[in-house]
Amino acid sequence: MPAYEIGGKSFEHDEEGYILDVNVWTEELAALLAEKEGINMTSEHWEVVNFLREYYNEYQIAPAVRVLTKAVAKKMGADKGNNKYLYELFPYGPGKQACKIAGLPKPTGCI
Amino acid sequence: MVEFQIPVLNDVPAEFDTKFTPGAMAHLKPFLAKADHNVPLGFPGELVDDWQKKAIDRMGDLVKRYRSLAVYLDSCVKCGSCADKCHYFLGTGDPKNMPVARQDLFRSVYRRYFTPTGRVFGSLVGARDLTKEVLDEWYSYFHQCSQCRRCSVFCPYGIDTAEISMAARDVMDHIGVGMKYCNEIIAKVHKIGNNLGLPKPALADTLEGLEEDVQDGTGHPVRFPLDVKGADILLVTPSADFFAEPHVDGLIGYAKVFHQAGVSWTMSSYASEAGNFGMFIGSYEQMYKVSNRIRKAALDLGVKRIVFGECGHAWRVAYSFLNTLAGPWDFLDPAYPVPQHIIEFTYDLIKRGGIKVDAEANQGMVLTVHDSCNVARASRMGTMPGGQFILPREVIKACVPKFVDMHPDTIGDKTFCCGGGGGLLTDDLMELRIKGAMPRMEALAQVIRDEGVTHMAAMCAICKSQFTKVLPYYGMKMEMIVSVHGLVSNAIQLGTNKI
Ligand code: SF4
Ligand code: SF4
Repeated sequence: MPAYEIGGKSFEHDEEGYILDVNVWTEELAALLAEKEGINMTSEHWEVVNFLREYYNEYQIAPAVRVLTKAVAKKMGADKGNNKYLYELFPYGPGKQACKIAGLPKPTGCI
Repeated sequence: MVEFQIPVLNDVPAEFDTKFTPGAMAHLKPFLAKADHNVPLGFPGELVDDWQKKAIDRMGDLVKRYRSLAVYLDSCVKCGSCADKCHYFLGTGDPKNMPVARQDLFRSVYRRYFTPTGRVFGSLVGARDLTKEVLDEWYSYFHQCSQCRRCSVFCPYGIDTAEISMAARDVMDHIGVGMKYCNEIIAKVHKIGNNLGLPKPALADTLEGLEEDVQDGTGHPVRFPLDVKGADILLVTPSADFFAEPHVDGLIGYAKVFHQAGVSWTMSSYASEAGNFGMFIGSYEQMYKVSNRIRKAALDLGVKRIVFGECGHAWRVAYSFLNTLAGPWDFLDPAYPVPQHIIEFTYDLIKRGGIKVDAEANQGMVLTVHDSCNVARASRMGTMPGGQFILPREVIKACVPKFVDMHPDTIGDKTFCCGGGGGLLTDDLMELRIKGAMPRMEALAQVIRDEGVTHMAAMCAICKSQFTKVLPYYGMKMEMIVSVHGLVSNAIQLGTNKI
């Protein structure tokens, strides 16, 4: 299995770069993944990533887009609670790109 | 992120104008399924030792089991009518993506092992041994067919490349060469109940959130019921409807229609998926297992009717095979079709005045519609011939100020696949998805240019996701794609009338 290496620690990942074990995730890893994706992590990005992890801990799946936009609206203001804003933060799609950075498995299905 | 050229859109849709390029797509293969994905489906975890013999045995089983498959393999006269009808050939220029050439990948092996001339004369009559190179070619090009059946419409013998693709994938699965995207998803359905792997608590939380949203937005207590015993209608919808945009707008539309019609309905956490990827991998056994979740849910909940949400291949499986796979449905109310499509349901209500829709609610929108391949060529809606084309259009027209159709060679039974059907809606095939969308993009660009179209409605979860992803590569906005019931959701007048 391929793996990311940070300071002697290694994080195994799949063919597309999603880490295999959600529990080994660290903020340094998120920063590295974001860099690889060409994303400059602002506090807004971190808000999204942290929410994804909280939600995953409770439900074992990433939140639906509506659930995520609602949470973003609550935390960052109503004008930001929409899909378009999330795409501005994560151009390859909040579902996939943000999940990768947050250490969640890739969502599957017809999405 | 993209390291290939995006096709240039031509003014005339549905014509071949890409550079003819042998081998253009030979490099493309989806990720291989691992043991974790294969074993729960009863397939070997990885390539088995005596794979060649096993593959040929399986091929023999299939041609015996499916008479149609043997006929398709025997009857092609190489007339070439199908050659330029596949969106993947039109978009890639790779001659192996011509339907007849795709069939020949399988046919040549069939000839070699199952016909007297092939056994004796071999390559003289186009017969080939099943070597590792041939297997690799199969893996690549049978995952470049979305099983959309457009080619079969143009074949004088009605040869269905989709069925050959399904058979090839089935043979490969039986020797441990499965595709990750499909097999991982089917394993999730067996374990959790849907393609996403959305467990019940997350589903319940998501639906509760939608109830709040609709209450806040409209002031009406529209419910999104889950696992309600004794409800009249079981709605089975693609799990993408719970999760993604613009799918969820469609789900909200269905809920508003049920609410306004005053019917009792429910969704099921056990059968929380309409889609049936068993069809994509050509596995009757998997299709059977997935379908029977719906039967069990219907029995456990004691419903009287089953309605399907907007999902193309689900509707094909439901319309054509549900009775064989999961019937008999004698416990349901015989006064209603089994199953019924949500578009049929809404169409009837609009016609009867059971719900009112106001096109002004979608002011400024000029709509066109993408006929989904599986709805168009493998099913029907309602009782009239061509209902699968008429009903969606009637529903859309009732809900918007202006509607125009795309080029006649790209709609109805000649519709093009979105480019992501047949189990190919995965990031590892993005190059194929973008190139394969070209014919639809050409037709769409034409009506944007000539008719001022602002939005394209879709009635399939895969189409919606595929277009949302690929439109930006062609300089169009992802928000252009809407659900048919997203339009209904905006236009329906809540609280104004009860039957
Ligand atoms: S079924 Fe569709 S994708 Fe497959 S070869 Fe025919 S036209 Fe192409
Ligand atoms: S149209 Fe039919 S008969 Fe003609 S080449 Fe294609 S598959 Fe063969």
